[in-house]
This record gives sequence, structure tokens and C-alpha cells, in this order.
Amino acid sequence: MDQLLQHALNAMILGGTYALLGIGLTLIFGIMRVVNFTHGEVYAFGAYMMYMFVMLIGANFIVSLVLAVVLGVMLGALIEIVLLRRLRGADIDTTMLVMIGAGIAMQNSEQLVWSGVAKSINSPFPSAPLVMGAVSVSWTRLFVFAVAVVLIAATYALIQKTRLGKSMRATFQDREAAALMGVRIDRVHTATFALGSGLAAAAGALLGPVFVVYPTIGDLASLKAFAIVILGGLGSIPGATIGGFILAFMEELGAGYVSSGYRDAMGFLLIIVILLVKPTGLFARKERIG
Amino acid sequence: MHTKTAKLALAMLGATLLAGTALAQETIKIGVTQPLTGAFAASGNYVAQGARIAEDEINAAGGVLGKKIQLVIEDNKSNPTEAVATVEKLIVRDKVPVIMGAWSSTLTLAVMPKLQEYKVPMVVETSSSGKITTSGNPYVFRISPTSEMEAVAFKPLVAKLGIKKADFLNTNNDFGIGSAAEYSKMLKGQGVAVGVMETMDPKATDFSAQLTRIKASGGDTLFVTTAVEQVTLILKQAKELQLNARIITTGGSNSPDQLIAQAGDAANGSFHTVFFPPWFPEVVTNPEPAKRYMTEWQKRGHEPGGLTEGFRGYDGIFTIAEAIKIAGKAEPAAIKDALWKTKVKGVYGNIEFIKQGPAGNESGQNIPSVYLVKIDGGKVAKSGL
Repeated sequence: MDQLLQHALNAMILGGTYALLGIGLTLIFGIMRVVNFTHGEVYAFGAYMMYMFVMLIGANFIVSLVLAVVLGVMLGALIEIVLLRRLRGADIDTTMLVMIGAGIAMQNSEQLVWSGVAKSINSPFPSAPLVMGAVSVSWTRLFVFAVAVVLIAATYALIQKTRLGKSMRATFQDREAAALMGVRIDRVHTATFALGSGLAAAAGALLGPVFVVYPTIGDLASLKAFAIVILGGLGSIPGATIGGFILAFMEELGAGYVSSGYRDAMGFLLIIVILLVKPTGLFARKERIG
Repeated sequence: MHTKTAKLALAMLGATLLAGTALAQETIKIGVTQPLTGAFAASGNYVAQGARIAEDEINAAGGVLGKKIQLVIEDNKSNPTEAVATVEKLIVRDKVPVIMGAWSSTLTLAVMPKLQEYKVPMVVETSSSGKITTSGNPYVFRISPTSEMEAVAFKPLVAKLGIKKADFLNTNNDFGIGSAAEYSKMLKGQGVAVGVMETMDPKATDFSAQLTRIKASGGDTLFVTTAVEQVTLILKQAKELQLNARIITTGGSNSPDQLIAQAGDAANGSFHTVFFPPWFPEVVTNPEPAKRYMTEWQKRGHEPGGLTEGFRGYDGIFTIAEAIKIAGKAEPAAIKDALWKTKVKGVYGNIEFIKQGPAGNESGQNIPSVYLVKIDGGKVAKSGL
């Protein structure tokens, strides 16, 4: 029982960060139809910015977090304007190849700038964990979870309540009709990519102090994000949120009670099953094709 | 007039070409394949830096057979497919007569068939999987210890540390699986109960599920086998989950200095097997080369945490240079035969090769020293072995 409680707690905390990663990608992948291979690298970028501000400059932890996210948003906007804007009419394969190239270039730049040696980021929270009976959790992870929940709620509100969010949803439903109704598609695309990238950078900046930072951390983050988006259904924020938690629980319980060697396989096994039953993912919205 | 100029130009071109070949003949190329980027980038770069130190030291002392040696270092990107490509490139394009590589067991196992295909020997400087020297590849000469040697060396410490029940957490590749198999076999032989044997993806960063299961298993000791990045995370996460078992890391690629710097308090009380202890160089078999290597490492401003890894490259290149000297010529077949006669006073100890694997196709295996150190109060202390 103690073991089950600890597994459940681990999965909740992990799920929060998975959801954050998934939401960022579902916006980009779902709304813009860009198979975004830079997502994991923006995650790594966020973590390295956190390292730079906290460890090299000595800035306040929260201030550093905000700065890392802002820089992530700017990086996302830059990628969209420089690379994607001119590929607007291109087919999905061309865009995908460009994004794969951009991802590789970004990872190697990280290696060049920061070297391959892992960096650790000090967190201002006590290193002794919070103990509740037989289960325990670190304060840093609790903080990460809380911030993730706030960011997820804020993103959801932005999409549902603001004019920008309405434009995004309109563009996702029908690009041409939205353009005809006066939605500035270019601006929506830049904003969407920047927002999605900002969330990836936030996940990286939050998890940097929990884990250690090295140039290839983005690989696994990227893989999980794609899995979550496909699980939840393209473009669905509740889908990505719930997908993130489902993946975390599958991995945690699968590793805890079946076999840790198949920890990462568990999540993908579930995806195969869900896609067999519901090929559009759990929460895919209806969309107009053609 | 024109013909005269043309002839002159031709003559000059010829002279340059001749000079070029003469210059090329003055160096002996040695191929190196290491993971300079990707998951094992930190360690691969340390080994390459150690190799460069050896290259410069050998050349400063006049080189080998009157020629300077020249390392051709290729990046295998921590990827087995890339590793095979680097070895093929080194042999076919650069025409190197001997190679050093390829850090991880999986990478080394991937390139081994190519050595057999082109009949070029390779000195293995880091990999520990038993399969490397027992699969019948006569072109492999390993200076690092096998997991089995490490486990056997560890045997006297089982009683000393009072290990009663052990759990395992290892990376899901040839290195991790091989080490867990050898250590668990040795421990069972000593009457120690073996609890759970958990694995993790080499790229994973969250081990909460595995550690929760290990905590429930309740062993007094946890053996961890993976590279330093994951060891750091495991130490931190074990503390978060209040796992009180003693943590022992195997394989020697655990850089205790880096662990102290990055895991902080969480590193205290953990044990680590290393194959070179830079904190007390006086205990090694050959303090002379160890001091030369350490002094140069510091002079070049390399990361101090890399000292426990860089010496592998340093020793590897010295071993190869000595073999070329004995061979009397820089040709693969001669170097392969000479490696059997090579004796080097290295940082790893007295390097020489014994035969391992099926008769007729034996691989060379060195028997290096193994040390166990403990991190206590943010410092590295001796702890047997």
C-alpha cells in the first residue's frame, strides 16, 4: 500500500510536467500542423537559460524562471519568423525536414556553447524531502508541480477567453475561413509557435533544477511530448493534459509492478491500444478536411 | 619561353608533391573513435583529451620508429551505427593501422565485426562487457577491466561492508546488464540475497518508479551501473524518496568529483569503484606515469572531474605506441602480433594482455587494478580494494 501511494504521488508530479510539455506541442502540432522537432531543444534551451541565470549570474530563482520562459517565447517567435513563415505553403515533409535540421543544429549549438559535461542548478528549496507518513516528495518537485498546474490553467484560459485564443481556435478549425473573417494568420502562427515554445522552455527551466542539464536532454522530452499529443488528440488542451497524466501513471505503475525495463514501452503500448480503438486520439476535435 | 615556365612550374609541383609525401611518411596515424557528442559526450571527450596528452608526450620524446604519431579522432556520436561508420572511415580513408575505442560496450561490440573484416587491431580503453573479449574476435585488446574482474575484486568487501541483501539498478545496455549479471553472481556466491534487479533507459532522467520499488524491496545495498549523469540523478532522487540503502556504483565511469559537485549532500555515504584514484595517486602501481598525466591534465585546464576517465585514453595511446615500437613497422598484422608482447607501465597498472575467449581466436585482456572509494562529507576517501 505504501508503495502504491508513493507510485501514485510520483506519477502525479511527473504527470504535471508531461502535461506542460504536451500542451506546448499540441498547440504547434495541432494548430499549425508543424511536426516540431525543435520542441525538445527549446526545452533544453529553457534549462540552460535557467542554469545561466541562477548559477552563472546568480539571479533570484523565480526571476530566472520568468526570464528563461520569456527567452523561450522569443526563441520560438524567431524560429517561426525565420524558418516557418517562408514554408507556409510547403508540404508537411519539407517542413518536417527543416525542423529536424533545426533540431540537430540547436542540439549541437548547445554542445558547443555548454560542452557535454552535465550542469546542475541549485534550487532554493530545502534538500530534505517533505515526508508524509511512508511517502515522501522533494520540495522542488512540489514547486514544479504547482507552477505546471498554474501554467496549464493559464494556457487554457488564454485559448478559451482571449481574442488571441479565439483566433487560434478559428485558424485551427478552418484556416481559409478564418483568414477571410479577418484573422491575421501570420500573427496567429507566430504567437502559437512562440506560446508553445515558451511552455517547452518553462518545462525545461522547471525541471533543470530537479534533474541535471546536458545537451541531449531534449531527445526524451521531445519523444514524450509527441506521445502525449497523439494520445490526447491533436490540438486538444484537455487531451494533452489528461494524456500527460495517463502517460505518467502508465510508466510509473508499469515500472513499479511489471518491469522497469519496459518503463518507456508501457506508454507506447497504451498509445497503440488507444489509437486502435480511437484513431484520432482520446479528445480529438472534429475538423474540416479539404 | 612558355614551355620553360611550364617545365619550371611542373618541376616545382613535383618537388612539392615529393615533399608532401615525405612529410606524410614522417607521421604514424592512430585512429580513435569516441563519443564526442550525444549521451556519453562528457566521458568521450575526457578520453580524447587523455589521448592527446599521450600523443604530445610521445612526440616530445621523439615519437615512434623515428616518426611522430598523429591521432585521427572521430566522433561516434554515442551511436552504434555511427561508430561503425567512423571505424570504416578510419581504416579505409585514413588508412590507420590500429584503432583505439569506442568507450561504451555497445559501441565497441558494434564496431568489432569491422575489425575482423579489415584485419585491423583495436585497443579497447573503457568498455567492460564480458562479451567483448569472449566472443572470439582476435583483433580486440582490452586494457580496461571486465565486469567479472571488477566483481571478483570486490568479493573481499562483501563481508567487510556487511552486505546481506542487495538490489540492482542498471542502464539497459551491454554495460549495465553485464555488470549486474556479474555482481549478482558474485554476491550470490557469497551468500548475499539478491532482491530486485531494475533497469532504466540510458537516456532516462526520472527513476522514481524504480527507486520506489527498490525501497520496497528493502535491501541494505543498492548496486548502480551507469554513466555519471544518471548516477547523479539517482543519488538525488534516492534521497528525495528516503531510500536508506548504501549505494555502490560500478564500472568506473562515475567521476566522484563530479558527483560531489552536482549531487551535493546526496552524494555523501555513497561508494564507487574507480580504476584510477587521482585523490591518492601514491597508491597506484606506477605513480610515475600517473603524476605525469595528472600534471599535464591540470596544466591544460581540463575538468578535474574528468581525471578518472581521461587516463584510459592516455594509457590506450601509450599501449599502441609501444606495440608499434615492438612491431618495427606501422602495419596492422605486425601491430596485432606485437600487442601480445607489449608491456607498458601505465596508469591502469602494468598493462599486458592475457588470452580470453575460444582457442585459436583469443582476444587480449589486461588485468588492471580496481579501487573502491567512498564519498564522505563532500570528500573522497579510500575504502578498501
